[in-house]
Amino acid sequence: MSIISLKAIEKYYGDYHALKGIDCEIAEGEFFSLLGPSGCGKTTLLRVIAGFEDVSSGTVVIGGQNMAGVPANKRPTNMVFQSYAIFPHLSVAENVGYGLRRARLPRAELAEKVNGALKMVGLEGFGGRASHALSGGQRQRVALARALILEPKVLLLDEPLSALDKKMREQMQTELRRLQRQVGITFILVTHDQEEALIMSDRIAVMFEGEIAQLAAPQELYRRPLTRRVGEFIGVMNFLDARQVDTGISQVRFDVDGLGEVEIKPEQLPKGARSFYSVVGLRPEALSIVYDGSPKSAVPGKVVDLSYYGDMTYYEVQLEGTSSPVTISMKNLTSRPVLERGAETQVTWDAGSLVVFAS
Amino acid sequence: MGVRTIATRLDSDAKRGLLLVSPTAVYVLLLLAAPLAAVVTFSFWTQDFLTIDRSFTLDNYREAFTDPLYRVLMIRSLVISGIVTVVTVVLAFPIAYFVSFYVPPERKALWIFLITIPFWTSYLLRVFLWKVILGFNGVLNSGLISLGLIDEPITFILYNANAVVITLAHAFAPFTILPIYVALEKIDRSLLEASRDLGENRVTTFFRVTLPLAMPGVIAATLIVFIPTIGDYVTPRLVGGPNGLMIANMIQTQFLKLNNAPMGATLAVLAMCAVTAISLIFVLMNRRYLR
Repeated sequence: MSIISLKAIEKYYGDYHALKGIDCEIAEGEFFSLLGPSGCGKTTLLRVIAGFEDVSSGTVVIGGQNMAGVPANKRPTNMVFQSYAIFPHLSVAENVGYGLRRARLPRAELAEKVNGALKMVGLEGFGGRASHALSGGQRQRVALARALILEPKVLLLDEPLSALDKKMREQMQTELRRLQRQVGITFILVTHDQEEALIMSDRIAVMFEGEIAQLAAPQELYRRPLTRRVGEFIGVMNFLDARQVDTGISQVRFDVDGLGEVEIKPEQLPKGARSFYSVVGLRPEALSIVYDGSPKSAVPGKVVDLSYYGDMTYYEVQLEGTSSPVTISMKNLTSRPVLERGAETQVTWDAGSLVVFAS
Repeated sequence: MGVRTIATRLDSDAKRGLLLVSPTAVYVLLLLAAPLAAVVTFSFWTQDFLTIDRSFTLDNYREAFTDPLYRVLMIRSLVISGIVTVVTVVLAFPIAYFVSFYVPPERKALWIFLITIPFWTSYLLRVFLWKVILGFNGVLNSGLISLGLIDEPITFILYNANAVVITLAHAFAPFTILPIYVALEKIDRSLLEASRDLGENRVTTFFRVTLPLAMPGVIAATLIVFIPTIGDYVTPRLVGGPNGLMIANMIQTQFLKLNNAPMGATLAVLAMCAVTAISLIFVLMNRRYLR
């Protein structure tokens, strides 16, 4: 059962086409992310759902109800703003209880609800504080409590973590997931941080230039990007030119620059039109440096550069017959000494992880 | 060692600061503190026909509090100033709101510039223009008569307190629009969206978010109008008629026509005290907005 369904959403700002026919169903209780570079329309789409922007055409249905003409204050959604939008003239408790004025609760019940919401976000006892005396992370929590106290059907989060430092951001990512599981409300997160989207979401819609380029679960998105651009945007991907040489029943053979002949399964091929020339994509972990044994297929390479991360090392390795080096990630084990710059080595690959793009 | 360097640095910073403010400080001492001290001193002396009796006395104050004329003038001044303030601020708020919220950003500077146009002509000239507009055969009356809305000229708009209110409210409009505009400009627009998102409509959002956050501007505007209008004497003299005269006109009369500078000084000190007291009460009442 989908809680939100977007049908053919179009949005124009004058001549600028911000959203180009967005179709999307968001399931109840899902952690859904809108991911894309700045200017791709993800925030506009979120604001359309919240009711802050009118659509030029198309329909927004929330909880089975058409939202055409329904203003933001009448929608079953609440939002956590990028700037948090904490009311500076109100205390923490007044901020959190802001939306409950209409409910006209008795004073004791209101205080109880506010305390409950503050406790949920780990700010117990902060109610009396002035809101301008809060840190970034605390403001974020107040904004969350203020939205969740109204028990919306959908919680909208507009880049809520972008203003926090790295440590705080990681902590809030876990906490947001925990909160989402606890309250069971549908969360829609807008972010430009692909890692954040992968960590937190059940499903991710990758957006470019006002269109959804791919909508999939994190693993699917990472392993099987539909286009080269999606592959490039999510994580790191090496691209090598390739030519199809032979099509069999159970496998297809490609001549890949730098790697030579590679056999792949038909389901790894892109859907739709197949052209003779293609580009294949390989994640850094699909390639590996040969330390022991002699794999069936390996090609020589030269380490041009490397970045040591402690647990992992990322090598830039120049293969023969390619213009730029490929990135290879290797887990650091004592049996695998870190190679030096300029070292000659052998590189092998996992053919099953290859992604073929129509070029 | 560290503490010592900080101390000497502070010293030189403080010296530089003093050097910077000293011209202003001298100016203020000569032109503000000294005349003020003179006025206060005068208020404790008495006029003895052509000379001034310099023995300390509170007679002037006693007279100021007992003579009903002074009391009437003082109360009337406070009432007129209060009305002018309310009228000006209430009329200025929508203009400031419009410029801040509805004028596109690239046009705002032009609007603010246009609002200051009344300042381009002299204050005196503007007061005279209001006489032309509000007079018995003035623009307003002849206009209304030719429209057939009234049969004979209306007279309650000139040579009384109403005329003083209209003229002063117009003169002080830019002073009130600007601080309110600045306060409105400082409001983060996402706060208004947050309020809508949390279930409030436009009107309730205005009263729960916009107005409280604009209060520093409203308070500043109120003080900017209230304080100088108490002491205005040109407008009451020119358009106020006998019933629109204010305390400043009496002060002027005491100093110049009645040759009783000590009494004039006393009234000036009392007017100053009244304004200070009311302003302080007003600010204290609204101090929660000024954190």
